[in-house]
Amino acid sequence: MISINNLHANVEDKQILKGLNLTINPGEVHAIMGPNGAGKSTLGNVLAGREGYEVTDGSVVFHGQDLLDLEAEERARAGLFLAFQYPVEIPGVSNLEFLKASVDAVRSQQGKEPLDSVQFLKLAREKIKAVNLDQSFLKRGVNEGFSGGEKKRNELMQMMLLEPSLCILDETDSGLDIDALQVVAEGVNAMRDPNRSFIIVTHYQRLLDYIVPDFVHVLANGKIVKSGGKELALELEEKGYGWLENGTGDA
Amino acid sequence: MPELFQHQQSELAASTVKLPWLTAFNQRGADAFRTAALPTRKTEAWKYTPLTALTRLAPQQCGQPVTYTNPLVAFARIDGLHDHRLVFVNGILDKQHSSASALAAVTLFSEANAEQQALIAQHLGHVAQQSESPNLFTDLNDAALSDGVLLHIRDHQPLLQISWLTTSEAKPFTVFARLLVVLERHAQAAIVEHYGSDLSEQNSVTNAVTEIVINDNAQLQHYRLQTMHSSAQHIGSCHVDLQRDARYHGFHAGFGSTLCRNDLVVHHNQGGSHCQLDGIYVPQHDELIDFHTCIEHRAAHCTSNEVFRGIMNDQAKAVFNGRIHIHPHAQKTLAELSNKNLLLTPGAEIFTKPELEIYADDVKCAHGATVAQLDNKAMFYLQSRGISKADAEVMLSFGFINELIEQLPDEAVRNLLRPMLATRFDRDSSLTHDIG
Repeated sequence: MISINNLHANVEDKQILKGLNLTINPGEVHAIMGPNGAGKSTLGNVLAGREGYEVTDGSVVFHGQDLLDLEAEERARAGLFLAFQYPVEIPGVSNLEFLKASVDAVRSQQGKEPLDSVQFLKLAREKIKAVNLDQSFLKRGVNEGFSGGEKKRNELMQMMLLEPSLCILDETDSGLDIDALQVVAEGVNAMRDPNRSFIIVTHYQRLLDYIVPDFVHVLANGKIVKSGGKELALELEEKGYGWLENGTGDA
Repeated sequence: MPELFQHQQSELAASTVKLPWLTAFNQRGADAFRTAALPTRKTEAWKYTPLTALTRLAPQQCGQPVTYTNPLVAFARIDGLHDHRLVFVNGILDKQHSSASALAAVTLFSEANAEQQALIAQHLGHVAQQSESPNLFTDLNDAALSDGVLLHIRDHQPLLQISWLTTSEAKPFTVFARLLVVLERHAQAAIVEHYGSDLSEQNSVTNAVTEIVINDNAQLQHYRLQTMHSSAQHIGSCHVDLQRDARYHGFHAGFGSTLCRNDLVVHHNQGGSHCQLDGIYVPQHDELIDFHTCIEHRAAHCTSNEVFRGIMNDQAKAVFNGRIHIHPHAQKTLAELSNKNLLLTPGAEIFTKPELEIYADDVKCAHGATVAQLDNKAMFYLQSRGISKADAEVMLSFGFINELIEQLPDEAVRNLLRPMLATRFDRDSSLTHDIG
């Protein structure tokens, strides 16, 4: 699915990722945990192709192609999806218009015809129901005036509509109450598939009670310093990150 | 250019059939116009809007029935509004395309009874003359005035559309449009003042003056829309007189043309009045649009909020001058002004200038003018969903303007403007519509 090798990346000339290695196979769910400032969000942004994140070394191969060579929109069309920690509000652009443009773009890459408005509306209504948002959210501005939880559900709806092969959830649990967390987790679990992989970036173990990962990695000081199974998350919850950070020098 | 004006000045008075009871009014306008200083490039208010494009002023044709041949249906119809509308073509009322209900709701100056003549005489010109700076083209309109529209609202006026349309004719000609709106105490009204044309190359200039009096506690929703062909020229002004606790919400939309100038002046004459003055402009190709706005705060405890947004494409040019004048006794005034602009090409231009003059010491006044590129975060968000950079730019530009359209209280107007803007920004309007 995706293979990240020795990835180094800078943000505003500051080195954030310092040789990150990670390989994810189809169908796997990987959780990435770690302290503030470790580079967790940077990883998601670098993979999604955000401007201002400069890769200085290393490579990323996604479905056999050089991911770093693609524009952000090409990465999305190739099946990569980043659920934002802070989804952007875009007043004046209706959610429905945005969603259709997005789905049409991804479909066209797959050689499919764009959906007509009626078909799309039907599909969008179905998905918005699945994430437990009112239909009225389709005609509102993109994320405009949405609460934190509503924004995250809107992200999940986009993920359902685009059906990506690799989903990166960047601290999707931050700012969510328990009910919203369950809705998001159920949505993600429903999308788990032998051909779809997930990278779940989170601070807390809580989300992993609902979305059970196959692997847990600790990202500290720009590298993965420890990897393990789902039980590692519990250990981290108990001990914190200090014992691992101290050991980064010789990891 | 000056020769043209001199020509005007001599031709003006004799050229049209006037209303006898407005002779003094016409004369005052003619005198003021004759002695007015003509704008040059050094005239601050006309610095960026040269009048050289204006070669069509031809008052000798005003008042003469200009015939028209093109069918009106294609351009006069405005979905959702067309049931209640008044249509002027080349300055002449077209009763056939106007609705009976709209004809009953208004009074032509030429058909006014004694009482209505008194009301017209009481206000006509007086709202416009409250401005500190003389307006040459208002004077010209006064001088040339041979008829006008009075809308006198005593209680409630549902959305009424008044369209001034032009067709392409053999010789260049001028349309003088005049509208006087008087809302009595506690009255409520919504009007669409619309300037349009057929789709062919135009050879007219419209000189329009609108005066609005909003008495105590009355409320007006006013849309002033300019959707004419890019070759149709327009020089117009709109003057609003706010009495105690009066409320005015103006929305001014201009698509731009070879010359399109708008002077909007709101006078807070009594305490407690509120004005929301919004507008959009979206010129493209080599179009020019100019909004000069002025909010006169003469009374205490008034609020004004002004939001104008523009997008300039190609080689288009826009001018926005937003003046807020707070007089010495206008304490506790709250005044805000925001003007945001997007330039889509290196060749597009915007000249934006907020002008604050504050002579009271207990007021809150904020202003901001920006010329910006599109928001990077929003761009990345759209691109991260597979939308190409080019499409994302169009989508965000549309959204930047559409945000103001979405806030309009009348669905009929939203439904009119959205597809027009969508076409301009190449969007599928079925998706931007309300979907219920």
